[in-house]
Amino acid sequence: MIKMKNVYKKYANGVVATNGINIEIDRGEFVYVVGPSGAGKSTFIKMIYREEVPTSGEIIFDKINIAQLKQKEVPQLRRRIGVVFQDFKLLPKLTVYENVAFALEVIEETPENIRKKVTEVLALVGLTKKARMFPNELSGGEQQRVSIARSIVNQPEVVIADEPTGNLDPETSWDIMEVFEKINARGTTIIMATHNKEVVNTIRHRVVAIEGGIITRDEIGGDYGYEQ
Amino acid sequence: MTFASISAVTVTLLLVGVFIVMMMNLNKIATNLEEDVEIKVLVDLAANDAAVKELEEKLKSNPNLTDVQFSSNEEELEIMIKGYGEEFALYKQGNPLRHVFYVKAATPQDTAKVAKEIEAYDSTYEVKFGEGKIEKLFNVLNTGRNIGIVLIIALLFTAMFLISNTIRLTIVARRQEIEIMKLVGATNNFVRIPFLLEGIWLGILGALLPMILITIAYFNLYDYIQPKLEGELFQPLDKTPFIFQLNGLLLATGIFIGVWGSFMSVRKFLKV
Ligand SMILES: Nc1ncnc2c1ncn2[C@@H]1O[C@H](COP(=O)(O)OP(=O)(O)OP(=O)(O)O)[C@@H](O)[C@H]1O
Ligand SMILES: [Mg+2]
Repeated sequence: MIKMKNVYKKYANGVVATNGINIEIDRGEFVYVVGPSGAGKSTFIKMIYREEVPTSGEIIFDKINIAQLKQKEVPQLRRRIGVVFQDFKLLPKLTVYENVAFALEVIEETPENIRKKVTEVLALVGLTKKARMFPNELSGGEQQRVSIARSIVNQPEVVIADEPTGNLDPETSWDIMEVFEKINARGTTIIMATHNKEVVNTIRHRVVAIEGGIITRDEIGGDYGYEQ
Repeated sequence: MTFASISAVTVTLLLVGVFIVMMMNLNKIATNLEEDVEIKVLVDLAANDAAVKELEEKLKSNPNLTDVQFSSNEEELEIMIKGYGEEFALYKQGNPLRHVFYVKAATPQDTAKVAKEIEAYDSTYEVKFGEGKIEKLFNVLNTGRNIGIVLIIALLFTAMFLISNTIRLTIVARRQEIEIMKLVGATNNFVRIPFLLEGIWLGILGALLPMILITIAYFNLYDYIQPKLEGELFQPLDKTPFIFQLNGLLLATGIFIGVWGSFMSVRKFLKV
């Protein structure tokens, strides 16, 4: 479903973040992206949802070359990809429910569909009871659940997560991983950059290691492979 | 900031409005004057009837001229007697006056040029017209217009700049919201339109006061001045439809400033 060919990315300041990445990710896969800090993991991930555009190379997402996508077509791509961040990126003035609904409102879903989908997805992440609370009334783990709920509410084909457990304690991290497992079990592809060795070594999935902007290892069911 | 940008639009449009009222009325006066500018062609004393006839034909066939009218020296004297008194009747013995042709330039601005042309004709003694006067008026009008236009353009840019700054502040304040909107696939227009609307609102709010003030001022001024100018050559422009057109123009300009101002910052800060 996602295929990269010789993806090279040089930032405006001259830093080469990815130096020829080749990879193929199938529908329904769960992929960990690991590697040392500054290796290019976030850059790799950002190019998939077109936050960054590769300097050269091809990124094919379901037959579309994202690298050549017109600015006008980006919104359509983004609707097919859910994104989760380390820092949640919730709107503090909106309730849990509103934060999730926001993602549908801005793509002009009907109110009826919004109600249905938001209720459903809040149940999935286990936040039905906290729907009326505000982000600052929630724990970090709960906030991350809200952000995950928002990322999947439009039923994307892929969920991309950049260190989703980076700000959470180990206990909470496991809960969050459980949510991702659930989403993956429904057939959604998951691509997750992480430094969480415990998680990678326990819940085994495909592991792609990036170092110095290139893929140095790509192993199904592999381990984290670095000391922390 | 919001107040500053609305005020900037207000000040700009007030000046634009006053400027237009003045220019349009001056223009009208100028046109009135122009229409009245006659060229007086004095015929050479030596010219016989045939020569006068020839001159008349020449004037009449010149496409740059209209309204060619002959006035014999006797008629001229009558005019003089009427204008200055019976004493001039003395001159009936030996009329010192010349035959005259009164003509008008087809395009009033060309009056001076056409007058020169006529001077070259045979049998003309002198060609006179409101020389200098209209030219001076046109010069004043043009200079005024140019200064006004430069001033107004500068003000328009200031207003746009202030609006774009105001919008930028809103964009910055809503940075996170916009980031998420774009992340979940809101279309560029969906992201952009609220800011364009904000700009339009600022423009409309800024236009309101100038529209009201200028309308009231013009109605009062007109009602005050118009009766005093009854029967005069100069007449102020009629209140309607002029003032409605002006209001439409001010509103449109306000909206335009708003749209441009917001468009600039949306383009720069949203990258949509
Ligand atoms: N917007 C940017 N402009 C310039 N350079 C950047 C930018 N983003 C990242 N870089 C540089 O590109 C390289 C790769 O960064 P990237 O964020 O992809 O690493 P990472 O693997 O995600 O690191 P971490 O594990 O710390 O999150 C780094 O050297 C970084 O400094
Ligand atoms: Mg990173």
